[in-house]
Amino acid sequence: MAQVSLNSIRKVYPNGFEAVTPSSFDIKDGEFVVLVGPSGCGKSTLLRMIAGLEDITSGDLHIAGRQVNHVDPADRDIAMVFQNYALYPHMTVRRNIGYGLKNRKTPKAEIDRKVEEAAALLNLSDYLDRKPSQLSGGQRQRVAMGRAIVRDPALFLFDEPLSNLDAKLRNQMRIEIKALQKRLGVTSIYVTHDQVEAMTMADRIVVLNAGRIEQIGTPSEIYHSPASTFVASFMGAPPMNLVQAQFQDGAVRLPCGTAVLDAPTSRRGPITLGIRPEDVRLGQGQTAFDVHLVEELGAHRLLHGQIAGQPFTAHVVKDTIASPGAHVVDLPRAALALFDTQTGARL
Amino acid sequence: MKRAGFTTHWLPILLLMPQLSIIIVFFYWPAAEAVQSSFYLEDPFGFGSTFVGLENYTDLAGNAEYRRIAWFTVIFTALVTFFSLALALLLAVKADKVIRGARSYRTLIMWVYAVAPPVAGFVGVMLFNQSWGPLTRAFQSLGHDFVLGVNYSDTAFAMVLVSVWKQVPVNFIFFLSGLQSIPKSVREAALIDNRSASGRFWDVTFPLLAPTGFFLLIINITYALFDTFGVIDTLVKGEPGNNPMTLVYKVYVDGFRGNDLGGSSAQSVILMVLVLALTVFQFRLVERRIHYT
Ligand SMILES: Nc1ncnc2c1ncn2[C@@H]1O[C@H](COP(=O)(O)OP(=O)(O)OP(=O)(O)O)[C@@H](O)[C@H]1O
Ligand SMILES: [Mg+2]
Repeated sequence: MAQVSLNSIRKVYPNGFEAVTPSSFDIKDGEFVVLVGPSGCGKSTLLRMIAGLEDITSGDLHIAGRQVNHVDPADRDIAMVFQNYALYPHMTVRRNIGYGLKNRKTPKAEIDRKVEEAAALLNLSDYLDRKPSQLSGGQRQRVAMGRAIVRDPALFLFDEPLSNLDAKLRNQMRIEIKALQKRLGVTSIYVTHDQVEAMTMADRIVVLNAGRIEQIGTPSEIYHSPASTFVASFMGAPPMNLVQAQFQDGAVRLPCGTAVLDAPTSRRGPITLGIRPEDVRLGQGQTAFDVHLVEELGAHRLLHGQIAGQPFTAHVVKDTIASPGAHVVDLPRAALALFDTQTGARL
Repeated sequence: MKRAGFTTHWLPILLLMPQLSIIIVFFYWPAAEAVQSSFYLEDPFGFGSTFVGLENYTDLAGNAEYRRIAWFTVIFTALVTFFSLALALLLAVKADKVIRGARSYRTLIMWVYAVAPPVAGFVGVMLFNQSWGPLTRAFQSLGHDFVLGVNYSDTAFAMVLVSVWKQVPVNFIFFLSGLQSIPKSVREAALIDNRSASGRFWDVTFPLLAPTGFFLLIINITYALFDTFGVIDTLVKGEPGNNPMTLVYKVYVDGFRGNDLGGSSAQSVILMVLVLALTVFQFRLVERRIHYT
């Protein structure tokens, strides 16, 4: 049974701006779905419609088999973690975590027990009597998590919960949140614009662009078979190389004339070639690669340069000797993706 | 923060001079005069004065009328403060719902702040105009002959009403900006945690408004005690007669109408001590407790 189901959900803001075009997808019980996309693509809008903080312009939203379009946020059986934590500044950590339970007529003893339990799980036991202002960013983040898990909701919603933390803490919390979610088995929707978070945390990724769903798939599907040039260039660091090429004389040829792929002679016209930097083989084949810059990353190196006058990046392991200058590369056929130059869609 | 240091003592003193001289000439000097003359019995016709020690103060303590006025002042202050704050809060909460995010509205309402106090006071007095004031008429239609400035309780009622009327816009603006400074996400978190709107108000909004509310409480008490002088003067038209009045007005009546400068000074000194106490109280509490950052 689908735990959450969106059916042609659309959002038009009062000023007439269509932030989310009709979008549909289902989320299975216990699944961790990440909504990812560039700033302003409508991730938060979509999440907030699911939370009930924003009206749904049209479409159907079901949570646990119940239509909830017009149900109050408090009655949707959801919990949300906000980007700036949104803790109640005047309440202690204990009351912050317990507040949602108190309003659901939970007996006092049970609230206390659940709060202690959640605090223990999140290493917050020593801070229960502090106010949020007396906590570090990471601890506030945990309190926000505690407030969500203590309620034992049907659905967790996260809106960029880690973006206010420093890089190290972010990595640590990322792992903790994922582990916690697996352990509790609660269906989760997680919004981020960080594709590393998306890749590492998601069971399934929904890539959004300008209010439209570009692709839905597992991290591996999204990475290895992007459905469009947008997904190809958004996911992955560095992103997939996109090179303009032509169908010509029964082959896909780079502007310099090098044939990289056989093709039916009937096809003509421009095409976009995609290849991940780590699939490029340096020192083989006969495609000329002009390296301008070598980026040393410790475990590996990135060679930035041009192929046929177009920007191109290759990824090589750490002991490959490479210096700026003229090189040759092989673009293995199996690793090549072809996109329609006009629409950006995969062929 | 980095502190800048002065190399000499003269520059800072020089820079403070204009402000200091104003305070000294218009505040400390008259205050000292008041303290001094509170120990003297002034001849009503200006022929010298006699040192009487604390007699002016002990006279006040034994004066039944003074105690009655003090008591009235307490009740008056409590009523004005309570209703000014409560009404303003109610209006601010309603307005906040409408104008969340809409900047043009906010600017419109801000104008009230600049215009309201004098105009509101004037309009308030108009409401009780003996011949055509709408409130006077309303009372008439209820069978009560409302006579401002003659009937004690009628005058007291008008004093409270006009004072509240004048203060509500000020409180409203402060409450509104207090409400608007509550982060949107905190309200939204509450929306998910609590389905009852009144529950959310008392558990989240109200406590977060407490710093604003406390600040306004002190401001309003001070207002009711001192700044209502103009309202009272307009309403009783300088004819104390059987009318209610507050301690500040009594200072004026005794000093300038009764020519009892000594007694009047003693009353001012008492009021100064009261202001001092309020200020200390405000600093202690505001600085220490009600802060959530
Ligand atoms: N209340 C509103 N009225 C009109 N337009 C809005 C409103 N809120 C958001 N938008 C617009 O809708 C679009 C999507 O906004 P949204 O907040 O969902 O983006 P987002 O994907 O969460 O971006 P970010 O990563 O920056 O948080 C944006 O272009 C934004 O300008
Ligand atoms: Mg957002």
